[in-house]
Amino acid sequence: MVSGKGGTGKTTVAAALALALAEEGRRTLLVEVEGRQGIAQLFETEALPYEERRIAIGPGGGEVFALAIDAERALLDYLQMFYKLGGAGRALRRIGAIDFATTVAPGLRDVLLTGKVCEAVRRRGPDGGWAYDAVVMDAPPTGRVTRFLAVNDEVAGLARVGPIHHQAQAVMRVLKSAETAVHLVTLLEEMPVQETADGVAELRAADLPVGGTVVNMVRPALDSTAATPLPAPNDLAAALTRAGLRDAEALTAPLLSQGREHVTRLALEATQRDELARLDLPVRELPLLPDGVDLAGLYRLARLLRAQDW
Amino acid sequence: MRSPQEPLETDPLIDDPDTRIVVCCGSGGVGKTTTAAALGLRAAERGRRVVVLTIDPARRLAQSMGLTELDNVPRPVPGIDTTAGGELFAMMLDMKRTFDEIVEAHADPARARAILDNPFYQSLSAGFAGTQEYMAMEKLGQLAARDAWDLIVVDTPPSRSALDFLDAPQRLGSFLDGRFIRLLMAPAKAGGRAGRKVMSLGMAGLSLVTGTLGKVLGTALLRDVQTFVAAMDTMFGGFRTRADATYRLLQAPGTAFLVVAAPERDALREAAYFVERLAAERMPLAGLVLNRVHTSDGAHLGAERALAAAETLESRESASDADRAAAGLLRVHAERMRQLTREERTRARFTAVHPRVPVVEVPALPEDVHDLAGLRAIGDRLSQTDGAQPFG
Repeated sequence: MVSGKGGTGKTTVAAALALALAEEGRRTLLVEVEGRQGIAQLFETEALPYEERRIAIGPGGGEVFALAIDAERALLDYLQMFYKLGGAGRALRRIGAIDFATTVAPGLRDVLLTGKVCEAVRRRGPDGGWAYDAVVMDAPPTGRVTRFLAVNDEVAGLARVGPIHHQAQAVMRVLKSAETAVHLVTLLEEMPVQETADGVAELRAADLPVGGTVVNMVRPALDSTAATPLPAPNDLAAALTRAGLRDAEALTAPLLSQGREHVTRLALEATQRDELARLDLPVRELPLLPDGVDLAGLYRLARLLRAQDW
Repeated sequence: MRSPQEPLETDPLIDDPDTRIVVCCGSGGVGKTTTAAALGLRAAERGRRVVVLTIDPARRLAQSMGLTELDNVPRPVPGIDTTAGGELFAMMLDMKRTFDEIVEAHADPARARAILDNPFYQSLSAGFAGTQEYMAMEKLGQLAARDAWDLIVVDTPPSRSALDFLDAPQRLGSFLDGRFIRLLMAPAKAGGRAGRKVMSLGMAGLSLVTGTLGKVLGTALLRDVQTFVAAMDTMFGGFRTRADATYRLLQAPGTAFLVVAAPERDALREAAYFVERLAAERMPLAGLVLNRVHTSDGAHLGAERALAAAETLESRESASDADRAAAGLLRVHAERMRQLTREERTRARFTAVHPRVPVVEVPALPEDVHDLAGLRAIGDRLSQTDGAQPFG
C-alpha cells in the first residue's frame, strides 16, 4: 500500500515500486483506486479499462500488470462472484442501488476497493501458484488511508453476521498480516512530514502494518554552500569577475539571497529528517528528477528503489 | 516569455462588497488552505467582516492562525488589525457535528434520538469519505443564511478528486429521486405513496430486490439501514432543498471561484479540469492562484552559463575561499534556473489551453507559513499583480 499527502507523488512511487518488485519470472499488479487514470498517464498509455492488463516489463525482467478499479463494476463482480445474482444484479442497478452503494454510501466503495485488492492477493494462477507475486496499491492520501484500510473492521461491526461479515473479516486478515506493508510517501517539508507522523500513529493504532517512509523529490544538497559561510558581497563580485561574468555587480545580491534561502532550506530539511528518524521506520529516498517523471524517469526511480534495502 | 494572461487582481475582488463567497479549490498539497486563510485575513484587515471555513482534517488553518483547535462554530481570530473596521472569524468543519445538528434541527426529539443512535448513521456521519462534501455544502449554506458576515472564504475538502465538491449535492439529489430509497423504506413504512411505487415494480421484483439486499447486507444491517432511511425521510427533503439552494448560491454573481495550483504537472492538470468544469456548470471563475512559483532576480544568467562559471572558479590553480563559495552560489543559481524553466514549461501547457484565465503567482517561500505574519506576507504576494513575474 502506498499512501502519502497530496502532492508528494505517491502514484509515481507506487508505480516505481511495482516496477522494482517485478523480478525475472515474477508478476506484480499495480492497482489504482481513485479513478484518476494516473497510472495510464505515468506509463504513457491510453486510459486503463477495468481489466488487468500488462503495461510494462520491470528493470528486473518481470511483468507489471495494472488495474484501475471501478467501484461500480467491482460491486457487480462481487455480487456475481459471491451470490450468483445474474438478473437481480441488473435489477439493483436499475433502481439505483448500485449508485447508492458506490457513491452515496462511499464507505461501501472503500469496502469494494479493498476487497478487490485482497482478492487479487489471494488469487491462484492456473499452475496453483499465486497469480501475482506482489500487489501494489496506489492508496488514498495519508489523511484518509487508515479509515480506508480499516473500513472492513467497521463493516464487520455493522453487519454482525452473514456473508458480508465474513468477507470483511477476511479482508482485514489480509490487510493486517505480515505480508502487507503501508508505505508513506513524503517530502522534506513540514506539513507532509507532520501528516506522515500522524498517519503512522493512526495506522499503528488501527493495527495496520506500517512499512516505511519514502522521501520523494529529494533535491541535491550543494555542500560547498552549506559548508562555506556566505562570502562578503565585494569578495563575491570579485570572484564572479574572475569567473568571466561581466555583470558581477548585478548578480551578487540575487546570488546571496538565493544562497541564504538554500541554507534555510537545508536546515529545514535536516529538521524534517530528524522528525522522520523519530518514527523509527526504514526511510528510503528518491531524488527530484530535473525534467519531471516520464517513462524513462519512472524506470530510473524503480532502479533506485531496487538499490535500497527493503 | 512574459505570459499573455491578464493578471488576477485579488484586492478588487475581496474589496468588492458584492463579493460574498470566495471558494478556493484545487488538488491536495498545493496550498489551498493557506491561500484561503491569507485571503480571509487580508480581506478582514481591509475592512470586511470575514469568516473562513476550512474543511481540512490536518487542522492546518488552525495552526497557521495560531489557534489550537477550531470547532464547528466560527471563532474570532485574535491578533488581527481591526483599524479598517473588519473582523475575522475562522472555523473548521466538524462533519459529524454538522450532520447531528441537521438531524436535531429537522426531526422531533424522539425521531432525532432514533437517528443519532442508529449504528448505520453513526458510521455514515463519522466520516465515510463523501459525507464531507455534503456537510461542507450544508455548512456553507448555513453560514450564508446567517448573514453575520459579508464575506465567506471556503477551503474545499481534500477530495479524491477536487470535483467531488461540486458533484455532492447533485448526487444526493439523484439518490433522493431514486426508487432505491423508497424500496429500502417500503418494509418499514407500508402503504402510502412509497408503497404504491413499490407495488408498481411488481411483487416478484420487490421480493427479489429486498431478498437480495438481505442476503448481501445481512438482515441486521438491512434493518439498521431501513430504520435509518425511514428516520431520515422527513429531513431528507429539506436537506436536498438546501443543497440545491447552496448549489445555486455557488452560481450566483456574488460567488467567485479561485482555482489553486502549484506549477507542477499533476496540480495544473487538475486545475485545468476544474476550470473546464466550472465553465460547464456556469460557476464564476475569478482566476488561477499559482502557488510556490520560483523566481530569481538574477534570471538573466542562465543555468548553463552559471555552471560554466562555477567550473571556471573551481578549476583555478589557487582557488580562494571566495572562489569556492561563489562557485557554490552559482550552482545554487543554476538549479534555481532549471526549476524556473521547468515551471514555465508546465505553466505554458496550461496557458495554451486556457489563455483567458487570469493568473496570480505567489513565489515559493523558503519556510512554511504558520502564523499571521506569514499569512499577511502571502496576502501581500496575492495582491501583487506585477511583482511576481519570474520572466520579466
